Amino acid sequence: MTSDRRDFLLTAGKLLIVTAPAAAYLEAAESGQAMEPAYKMADHYWGMIVDISKCIGCGNCVRADKAENNVPLEPFFFRTWVERYHVEGGWSEHPEVDSPNGGYDGFPEKYAAGDGAKSFFVPKLCNQCAHSPCTQVCPVGATFETPDGAVLVDKTYCLGCRYCIQACPYGCRYIHPATNTVDKCNLCYHRITKGLTTACCEACPTGARRLVDLKDPKDPVHELLRTHMVQILKPHMATGAKVYYNNLDGTVR
Amino acid sequence: MEEALLSAVQGYMYPNEIELQWSILIVLYPFTTGLVAGAFILASLERVFNVQAVKPTYRLALLTALAFLLVAPLPLQLHLGHPERSYEMYLTPHTTSAMAMFGFVYLWYLMAVLLLEIWLDYRKEIVLMARSGTGWKKTLYRVLSLGVDDISESALKVDDRIGRFITVVGIPSAFLLHGYVGFIFGSVKANPWWSTPVMPIVFLFSAIVSGIALVLLMYMAVCFFKGIEIDIPCVDTIARYLLYAFLIDFSIEMLDLIHRIYEADESFQSLDFMVRTRLYTSQILIQIIFGTIIPIGLLAFTQLVKLTETARKGIYVLAGVLTLVGIFAMRWNVVIGGQLFSKSFLGYTTYKMAFATREGLLPAILLLLLPFGILWGLLKLLPPWEDKPETAA
Amino acid sequence: MQKFFKDKEHLVRMAALFAAGFVLFVVARAVLVPKGFGLYGHYRAGALADNKARPVVHAGRAICGDCHTDKRDELATGKHAGVGCEACHGPLARHAEDPSTLKPARPEPKTLCVRCHLANVAKPKKFPQIEPKAHYDGGDCHGCHASHVPNKEPTS
Repeated sequence: MTSDRRDFLLTAGKLLIVTAPAAAYLEAAESGQAMEPAYKMADHYWGMIVDISKCIGCGNCVRADKAENNVPLEPFFFRTWVERYHVEGGWSEHPEVDSPNGGYDGFPEKYAAGDGAKSFFVPKLCNQCAHSPCTQVCPVGATFETPDGAVLVDKTYCLGCRYCIQACPYGCRYIHPATNTVDKCNLCYHRITKGLTTACCEACPTGARRLVDLKDPKDPVHELLRTHMVQILKPHMATGAKVYYNNLDGTVR
Repeated sequence: MEEALLSAVQGYMYPNEIELQWSILIVLYPFTTGLVAGAFILASLERVFNVQAVKPTYRLALLTALAFLLVAPLPLQLHLGHPERSYEMYLTPHTTSAMAMFGFVYLWYLMAVLLLEIWLDYRKEIVLMARSGTGWKKTLYRVLSLGVDDISESALKVDDRIGRFITVVGIPSAFLLHGYVGFIFGSVKANPWWSTPVMPIVFLFSAIVSGIALVLLMYMAVCFFKGIEIDIPCVDTIARYLLYAFLIDFSIEMLDLIHRIYEADESFQSLDFMVRTRLYTSQILIQIIFGTIIPIGLLAFTQLVKLTETARKGIYVLAGVLTLVGIFAMRWNVVIGGQLFSKSFLGYTTYKMAFATREGLLPAILLLLLPFGILWGLLKLLPPWEDKPETAA
Repeated sequence: MQKFFKDKEHLVRMAALFAAGFVLFVVARAVLVPKGFGLYGHYRAGALADNKARPVVHAGRAICGDCHTDKRDELATGKHAGVGCEACHGPLARHAEDPSTLKPARPEPKTLCVRCHLANVAKPKKFPQIEPKAHYDGGDCHGCHASHVPNKEPTS
C-alpha cells in the first residue's frame, strides 16, 4: 500500500470513529429533550374491561369522571354511570334497575338481604364501538373513530343536531348545556395519549374497570379474553363495542 | 323543569335519555316536507298522467308546495345547537349520514324541480306583467323573467316540453324527498319504534295523503275568498285520489303493526305499554280513529252514496281537516313516541313542551302559519287563475 | 347554432345562473372547509389535538408515588394496595404540579370509608362490608384501622 492510501485510510477511519458516536450522541440529546416518546396512534388500539364481580357501586368512577372532564353536575347527564340490577328469583324479563344520580353519591340500600334476588352493579360508558352507529349518522363529520380505537367528538364542528344521540343504542351521549354540542366519554383521550390511565380506572378502588390496549402484546387483556367468559352490551346490534364485560349477567340491557 | 321530568320517569331510563332530544320542531319538519311531496304529486297527476279534472289546482298545488318547502328548514335551524354551522352539511357532508345527503335532495328538489317548474309554467304571465307593470313591480318581474322577453309560440312550446320533462323527473324526486325523511328515522337500528324498512314508504304515502288533503282545502278556501265557483268534478276527483292514497297508507301501516304484534320481539312489550298509556290519545284516538278511520269512512261514503254537491263539499272539508290533524299526529307519534320509552325497555319518560322558548309550542305554531303567509304572497305575485267574474252559486 | 338557441335564450340564462351557483359552491368549499379535514377520515384532523389538549385533573398514582415514596411503599404492603391515591384523596394534578397551590384535605373516615364498605346487597359477597352500627357502634374507623394499611393495627 502506498503511504498516501494508508494516510487516507487512517484519516477516514479516525473520522468515522469520531463522527459515529457524535451523531448518536446528538440524536440521543435531541430525543432526550422531548422528555417522553411522541404518541403514535398506530401503536395502540384502546378498549376497556369491566369486571362485574368486582364492582362495589361506590361511585368513585362517576365522581372522578365529572371532575376530570367538566361534565355538568346537574341535571342528569353522564359520560359514565353505574346501574344497580335487582333480579327477582335470579332471572327475570323485567329486572329492577336504578341509577340514583348515575351512582354519583353511591347507592342507598333499598333491598333486604336474603330476598331470593340477585343483585349487582353495572358500570356503563361509551363502548368506543369499532362500527359505531353514532359516527355513521353524523351529517358533518363532527364525531369519528380514531385510528387508535377511540370515538371522539369535535366540539368546534358539531352542529348539535342530536342525530348521534338517537343512533347510540347505549344512551351514552348527551348535549352539554355549556357548549350546545354533543359530549360523551372520550376514553380520557388527553390522559391515555400521555401514558396515564382513564380517570374512572384511576379512581376505581377494586380494579373493576381497567383500560386495555389491544395492540399491546403484553397487555393482560389478551389472557383475560382467552380464559374468561366475556360479553359486550347489545351484541345483536353489531356495533363492535370494545368495552368487554366479565361476569355480565344475561338480564343486563 | 328537570325535577318535573325526573319525577315523571316511570321505571328505568338510561340517565342521558330522560330529556327528549327531538322536540315538536322536529315533528314539524316531516309534516311540512310531506305536504310538499303530496301537493307536488297531485300537481303531477295532471301534467304527466293527463288527469284533466284536477287542472284547476295545478298551479295552486305548485305554489303551496313551494311555500311549505321554503319553511321546511326553519324548524331544523331553530332546533340546532349551532345553526350558524349548518352550512357544514353542504361543504363536508358525511356520505353515510341520511341527514347529510338529505340536504342535497332538498336542494335538488327546490332548485332543479320546483322552482324551475313554476318558472317555466308562469313565464308567459311573468313576461306579460314585466311588460305591463310599473315601478318596483316591473323591475321584480323583469328580474324573474331573467331579462328575456320572448313568449312566442315556439318559445312557449319549448317551455312546455321542458316543463313536462321536469315534472316527470320531479315525481321520483318528490318520492325521494319524503322517502328520505322516512329513511332518516327508519335506518336507526338503535330505536325499534323507528327501525323498519317500511318507514320510507309509510312516510311517503302519508305525505301524499296530507298533501292532497291540503291542496283540496286550499283550493276550496281560495275559491271561497276570491268568490270563484268551485269546480265540482275537480274536487270529486281529488277526493277520490285522497281515498285511494289513504287506503294504501292505512294498509301499509296496519301491516307493520300486525307484524310487530305477531313477532313480539324484545321491544314489543315496552312499546305496547307505551302505546296503551302515554301515546294513547295521540295514537289511538287522534291518529287512527279521528285521523284515519273516520276520514276514510267519510270519503268512502261519498263514493258509495249519491249526495248533493253541498253535502259532498262539506264532507270533503271535514275529511280534509281530520286528515291533516291525523297526519300531524302520525308525525308526532313517530318522533315523540320514539323517545318516550327507554332503550333498556324498562322505563318511560314524558315530553315537557314549553310555550315561548326556542323549541316550544309558540314557534311551532308560528312556523305552521308562516307557509300560509308566504302562499298568500305567492298567490299575489303569481296568480294561479284569471280572476273570473263573480258567479251565482 | 343560432337556430338551435332561437327560442331558448331564457334557458341559457337560467343554466348560467345554475353554473354561477355551482362555482360559488366550489369557492365556498375551498375557503370554508377547515384545514386538515379528511386527513385521517371524515373529520377535522385538528380535533385529535383538541381532545388531547384538555387539562389533566387527576395526577395518577405513579406521580403521587414519585414524591410520597413512604406512603407508596406502605400502601403496597396491605389490602389497599390496588387503591389509587386519588380514589380517596380526590383529584390532585394541581398539587402534583405545584404542591403550594393546593393542599389536599384529609378525608373524613366516617364518610369516606363507608362509601365503599357500607354493606349493600348488590355488592359482591366476598367484598369486606360492614353495618356501621353493628360493627363499631358508629365509632371512628381509625380506632382500629389505618387508612393505608387497613388490616394492620394503627400505630398512633
